[in-house]
Amino acid sequence: MTQTEQARRYVGGGVPRKEDPELITGQARYVDDLPAPNALWVHVVRSPFAHARIDAVDKTRALQMPGVVAVYSGADLAGEWADAMPCAWPVTEDIKIPKHWPVAQDAARFAGDAVAIVVADTRAHAKDAAEVVDVDYDPLDVVLDMEAAVADGSPLVHEDLGTNASYVWKLSNGDVDGVFASAPVHVEERYVHPRLIPNAIEPRGVLVEPSPAQGDVTVYSATQIPHILKVLIALTLGIDESKVRVIAPNVGGGFGSKLNVYAEELVCTALARKLGLPVKWIEERSENYLATIHGRDQIQYVELAATEEGKILGVRARVLADMGAYMQLVTPGIPVLGAFLYQGVYDAQAYSFECTGVFTNKTPTDAYRGAGRPEATYAIERAIDALARRVGKDPVETRKINFLPPFDAPREVVSGLQFDSGNYEATLDKALEAAGYDDLRREQRERRERDDTKQLGIGLSTYIEMCGLAPSQVLASLRYSAGGWDAATIRCHPTGKVTVITGTSPHGQGHVTTWAQITADALGVSFEDVEVLHGDTAISPLGMDTYGSRSLSVGGIALHYAAEKIVDKAKKIAAHELEVSEDDLEWGNGRLQVRGAPDKARTIAEVAFSAWTAHDLPEGVEPTLEATYVFDPPNFTFPSGAHVCAVEVDTETGLVDIVKYVAVDDCGNVINPVIVDGQVHGGVAQGIAEALYEEAVYDENGVLTTSHMGYYRVPSAAELPPFQTDRTVTPSSTNPLGVKGVGEAGTIAAPPAVVNAVVDALTPLGVTHVDKPVVPERVFEAIRRAKGGVA
Amino acid sequence: MIPAPFEYEAAESASHAVELLGRFGPEAKLLAGGHSLLPLMKLRLAQPSALVDVSRIRELSYVRDDGDTLAIGALTCHEDVHFDDGVKRDCPILAYTAGKVGDPQVRHRGTIGGTTAHGDPASDVPTVLLALGATIAVTGPSGTRTIPASDFFKGLFEVDVAPDEMVTEIRVPKTPGAGWSYQKFHHRAQDWATVGVAAVIRRGDGGVAQAAVGLTSMGPTPLRATTVEEALVSGADPATAAQHAADGTDPVSDVLGSAEYRREMAKVFARRAIEEALSR
Repeated sequence: MTQTEQARRYVGGGVPRKEDPELITGQARYVDDLPAPNALWVHVVRSPFAHARIDAVDKTRALQMPGVVAVYSGADLAGEWADAMPCAWPVTEDIKIPKHWPVAQDAARFAGDAVAIVVADTRAHAKDAAEVVDVDYDPLDVVLDMEAAVADGSPLVHEDLGTNASYVWKLSNGDVDGVFASAPVHVEERYVHPRLIPNAIEPRGVLVEPSPAQGDVTVYSATQIPHILKVLIALTLGIDESKVRVIAPNVGGGFGSKLNVYAEELVCTALARKLGLPVKWIEERSENYLATIHGRDQIQYVELAATEEGKILGVRARVLADMGAYMQLVTPGIPVLGAFLYQGVYDAQAYSFECTGVFTNKTPTDAYRGAGRPEATYAIERAIDALARRVGKDPVETRKINFLPPFDAPREVVSGLQFDSGNYEATLDKALEAAGYDDLRREQRERRERDDTKQLGIGLSTYIEMCGLAPSQVLASLRYSAGGWDAATIRCHPTGKVTVITGTSPHGQGHVTTWAQITADALGVSFEDVEVLHGDTAISPLGMDTYGSRSLSVGGIALHYAAEKIVDKAKKIAAHELEVSEDDLEWGNGRLQVRGAPDKARTIAEVAFSAWTAHDLPEGVEPTLEATYVFDPPNFTFPSGAHVCAVEVDTETGLVDIVKYVAVDDCGNVINPVIVDGQVHGGVAQGIAEALYEEAVYDENGVLTTSHMGYYRVPSAAELPPFQTDRTVTPSSTNPLGVKGVGEAGTIAAPPAVVNAVVDALTPLGVTHVDKPVVPERVFEAIRRAKGGVA
Repeated sequence: MIPAPFEYEAAESASHAVELLGRFGPEAKLLAGGHSLLPLMKLRLAQPSALVDVSRIRELSYVRDDGDTLAIGALTCHEDVHFDDGVKRDCPILAYTAGKVGDPQVRHRGTIGGTTAHGDPASDVPTVLLALGATIAVTGPSGTRTIPASDFFKGLFEVDVAPDEMVTEIRVPKTPGAGWSYQKFHHRAQDWATVGVAAVIRRGDGGVAQAAVGLTSMGPTPLRATTVEEALVSGADPATAAQHAADGTDPVSDVLGSAEYRREMAKVFARRAIEEALSR
């Protein structure tokens, strides 16, 4: 009997999270909570201009301020760097990547760009002194709009590159021109994805403790990627990797914004080494809005070729993606993560995608929950509704005639991906039933007939995403600089307790709980007896960290295989002790028992003790019971689902109110349904935020108008509807646990469901499109334009 | 929050606060709930030389029945105004509107005197005070003076309070029998009003005897929509009267809405406010 056939005691159950007592009682320690009594504080002086030459940095007054230890300009620190800040994803061979120094040396290229560093004895002293660092700026022309940036004669963000276009990335399959030339129906749409600010609850923070005599540094950072950060600190500062230890303590969310290597991490490490004292920097919220990466900011031109019946034949997408002023860690790759998903869950014959990465004088963009996949999903899910309107069919019917049929083994789709498994119609049917689709349509008709001020709209999103980054060979073909594997170690202690060491780096996802569930079932130990360690490169030297919904489908599978190695070794020892052959042992009741004589058995705990005493081990078996496995997945996983949103639109004001939201997701097998529901709730909330509320707005000079939470509209519980969640389960064919990933699904699915609902409500008024975020004034204007158009 | 350095002293009474204001000089600020002042200090947009903390003066937190008026201590928090039985009974529009300010945290800290003295035209309560014809009591070194709300709000963040004075009491007339409504149009629950409209209407024989309509976020101060009021008293129906809601206003354009949109919304919500007031 294999392990997967054993009785599952914890996997699939809503086990309470091991993480929660510490979080609920406020005992969890984030970077800012770590004791560092003698630390010096860093404050970063940031450019108020979106583009300006730095003519001089006068430090005189700042150096006279109370408590100030040192003040550095970018030029002063130039000698600290062995290399510029890293961009790990040069997506094309001829991509243009500007030199990006932690502190700007010649010019500031976005409002918020670091131009000087103040070091002082307290945080307040550092900030007070920063106000009197006198930077002589010579303002330069600013370019903020992507389409203007690639037009002739545009001001250049980087003069030396000679263009604002960094790269053009292309993908094409099938006879695209032929299909579009012969198809009777065409849909052409333009979608704008606003800039979003990730808003992790904990802003970033860094504390670096040096051991001057040893030349070591310990870097505590609010990061998603301690392992990658360790390598890149070593390379950027030109110090031995063995001298760098990175610890991600409790980290309060990231949403991708902490999947990066930031200037402050490098500056604090360099200064701690230089000054021989701990150095600390904690980000302020308004600073977070300027200096932490933003997300989205794309313009898409999307075309569908179809039959008169609404059967999609071809998909063509041309995208402009705003990089901001510099390339951060994976900035250029974000649109590429969506490049393969513009056909969604639909069958098609021809496919082309082209993306131009564009520099502007704005904060760099990078990974934000979903990263590329929300943009692609929005394009196809909005466009298929446009197609449904064009051919006069219900969006449900239009989707159903286009769905890929159910499959449980890998299936190649037109973009070239191998989807792992899927049953899209079943998921949609379940969502429609839960939403009461026919009743909603009936109510919609009634409101339309009585010309109700408040119109009802129903929107669908039958999404797919790819996650579990990823097969290392695929990443190589996409020119990504690192691998996609992850690692797990299981150590069985003589007392029967088990330590799991994972290379993933949770910052809210609950790995400590789910990893303990998997381990407890795989080894027949109790959930309480499993501790899970992570986020410290000295404890967990191997790992590729947490992003892209990869942790379970890569790191969790490494854990699964490590447990298999434990059982295999335990079997050798148990067989020796029980004086039977290994083949006579089977896994049952959470232990290794002799076939036909189940009272003759050994538990893993018993074997762990034997392995530790090592008094009587079989020939050639090493003492102790411990195993490490490094897993490199053969493919991505492809979670999918169907979301249904019903909105009420006040046609006098444009205000949108979500009255119903149903999410039926298929993330394969579920380890912990409570955690999965939590991910869906949070993801959908963030997707609704994108659809209805959030947008980073700059003024014409490139100054961020939405510079604080009063103006940047993160919705609260008061704005969100109750979520009805349900699941279908189509196990992934990519991995032995059959899991897919769920961290980003809600964020990917929700925006088109919501915007489709708004457009559906207003279709009788002649409205076919409203830009995200669908704020009341935009809806009001769309109605007014449509009315003007028919008058 | 890392504000610029400032001195701090807690006042024990209104007269003590006034004395401290005199001592610290014109760059000092009073700290009550702090929900307007502290965010400005956090962003260093406000850098007062000193804070005189009046939040502990418990004797300025009260609602007192004073015949035809309610006297409300300046340091009464919005939540207490919202839930006070006397305010609910005798001036329901004020009780309702106090419950629409910010979110529960803001309402438990923010005070009626603070929002009045701050002079932000996006605040809800000042509009209601203006529509009600409230008076504001201000205490300074030479005693207490009272100012009608119509004279109190002088400009953007500018009110009739000298640097060494403190708002100590708000007096609102009771509104027996009047219909009322406050329409706060906001995107998120915690947002400032894109537009707010207060309506207090007394019916007479066969029509509207008296109408007061106030506007939030439609200019540098809370405003009275006098043309709407006159139209109502002259017998116009709500929709017709409301068409005048934006007359003579000069709202700002900001992330919550353009000036043009605000003008349109003023008309929509004036109509809704009048209709609701007439239904009560």
